[in-house]
Amino acid sequence: MNFLSELREGLFIAWDSLRANKLRSALTTLGIVIGIVTVTLMGTALAGLNAAFIKSISAIGTDVFFIAPWQWFSDEPWWKMRNRRPILLADARALVRQTTFARATTIDASRRMTVRYRDLAATGVNVSGTTEGGAEVGGLMLKEGRFLSAAEVEGARPVCVVGADIAANFFPLESPLGKRLRVEDQNLEIIGVLEKRGSFLGMASLDNEVMLPVTKFVSDFSFRPPVIIRVKVRDLKEMDEAREEIRGIMRKIRHLAPGMPDDFAINEQAAFIQTFERMNSVVAGAGLFITSLSLFVGGIGIMNIMFVTVAERTREIGIRKAIGAKRRAILTQFLLESALICLLGGLLGLALAYPITLVMDRFMPVALSATLVGIALLVSIATGVIAGFLPAWRAAKLNPVEALRAE
Amino acid sequence: MSLIHLHNIWRSYQMAAETVHALRGVSLSIERGEYVAIMGPSGSGKSTMMNLLGCLDTPTSGTYELNGTDVSHRDDNELAEIRNREIGFVFQTFNLLARATALRNVELPMVYAGVSPDERREKALAALAAVGLADRVDHRPNELSGGQRQRVAVARALVNSPSILLADEPTGNLDSKTGVEILALFDELASKGNTIIVVTHEEKVALHARRIVRILDGNIASDEPVKRVESRESKAEGPASPALDSGPSPLDRFQ
Repeated sequence: MNFLSELREGLFIAWDSLRANKLRSALTTLGIVIGIVTVTLMGTALAGLNAAFIKSISAIGTDVFFIAPWQWFSDEPWWKMRNRRPILLADARALVRQTTFARATTIDASRRMTVRYRDLAATGVNVSGTTEGGAEVGGLMLKEGRFLSAAEVEGARPVCVVGADIAANFFPLESPLGKRLRVEDQNLEIIGVLEKRGSFLGMASLDNEVMLPVTKFVSDFSFRPPVIIRVKVRDLKEMDEAREEIRGIMRKIRHLAPGMPDDFAINEQAAFIQTFERMNSVVAGAGLFITSLSLFVGGIGIMNIMFVTVAERTREIGIRKAIGAKRRAILTQFLLESALICLLGGLLGLALAYPITLVMDRFMPVALSATLVGIALLVSIATGVIAGFLPAWRAAKLNPVEALRAE
Repeated sequence: MSLIHLHNIWRSYQMAAETVHALRGVSLSIERGEYVAIMGPSGSGKSTMMNLLGCLDTPTSGTYELNGTDVSHRDDNELAEIRNREIGFVFQTFNLLARATALRNVELPMVYAGVSPDERREKALAALAAVGLADRVDHRPNELSGGQRQRVAVARALVNSPSILLADEPTGNLDSKTGVEILALFDELASKGNTIIVVTHEEKVALHARRIVRILDGNIASDEPVKRVESRESKAEGPASPALDSGPSPLDRFQ
């Protein structure tokens, strides 16, 4: 009851004093405003980056194994893995035949090549051999036509499916279906066009691509190319069993004696996410640390101005103490004042940051989340309380006799 | 038992290398309902005396009993509570909060006593009416005359019904006519049974009291009742304030 009445009085005085020193309050608040704006924008940008990554990475699929000689993000030194034998098509087909947990599989090999149509040419196109399972494993959607069939893969037929960019650049006005692309000395008939897929992690475009039967790729474009096997598991719950089965089959195929280490790796999305999160936390830590420095500077400004306020109002403090204000009441009064300045700064900062996030939204998927708003307000109040504590404590400890004597 | 009982009070200050004794073994008793003036030239120790009596300061040695309890060695917070409950201050420079209205100034002691807002307002309005400022409650100090400001201060001092009204040169910043009005207010309060202690160096002010304690060099030089003849003279100086002349005074509530 007593504390509540002190709190009300403190709030009243704080508000009164802010209004009495408008310019000073505004300037002091500015430091906090800038601090909150930078911290909020940084937080928003980090969240946006994270969302963009997750969206991008979801192309990999959580239930897909990537079997390749090398481990992603391995802690093992590269020179130990350097001499691992590549996986060749025959081995890959053996694995695909024997695995029992797969919903779909595909075997991929790829190269950057030049693709021609009449007198048009595109260089650096990702030409990849794949199998009929490629569409399901990769979650590919077709805009026109159909994907490769098992028979076409078996028979190494000269057909292909093209990415959205290839289709748009070579055939702006007509349907690409039935047209023949020229890759090296081979003509490939277009049987399907993929939907636009965007880019992977904002780097490689996934639409600048030509897919053909891996058998055709091996026989005509590359001599004994290394391949990657992708296995989409039937059920997420069977991931562990599936991994063990694949490992056993691969060891047999590659004739590894018991006790010898694996010379291949079974990769999955989780590793990607783990690595990203490790990286992300470093970036987030550094970014938030640097931006919170500006909030810190704002806090110092608050502390400074609160010392001035206390000095100016020494006599008032003396009067209040003479009349019966305890230390707690004086402390509360000044803490409330600095917390109020900072809270106003926080609100103003958020009001400024919000339109900026709307602009940022054009470049990445960002949104000012309710959590972030709550955190920003809490942080600004905390800044006020922490920065105001020393001045408020000095005020609370003033000797009433000396305080009353002050001018 | 006495309301105030000082026994062998010493108050020393450490000034650089030497120790200054502002009070040297003062003993004094003041009864409930007394109107006492404490006089002395500057440097005599009367300010120290007033700070001690007002529980703004504690003695270096000796005991101070106020209202039956020993208050000589209390900490900051306990003293604040005692001041809030037992002592009403009236200062030479009024010491009102400049940005607060008369009403809020008078409410302030009750804020720290934890009185509810409604009761606070009611009591503060009554106290302001009692000092004749019922029509000035929403004015800020800079909109009031010196005499009115001092009346607000008196209302604030009395609103918590303290044991002592402690006034430090209450007329020092007022012209003589207004000063007389404030002193008449004090006379009125004293006649209603309030205990009043006035610290002053002005003989005319001191003569309103019924007892004068003179301090010199940190000791009580004399302690005598005021003769009736002298007080009649000061009464003739000016008219009492209108608020106090008219019928039964609202100050009755402070008895």
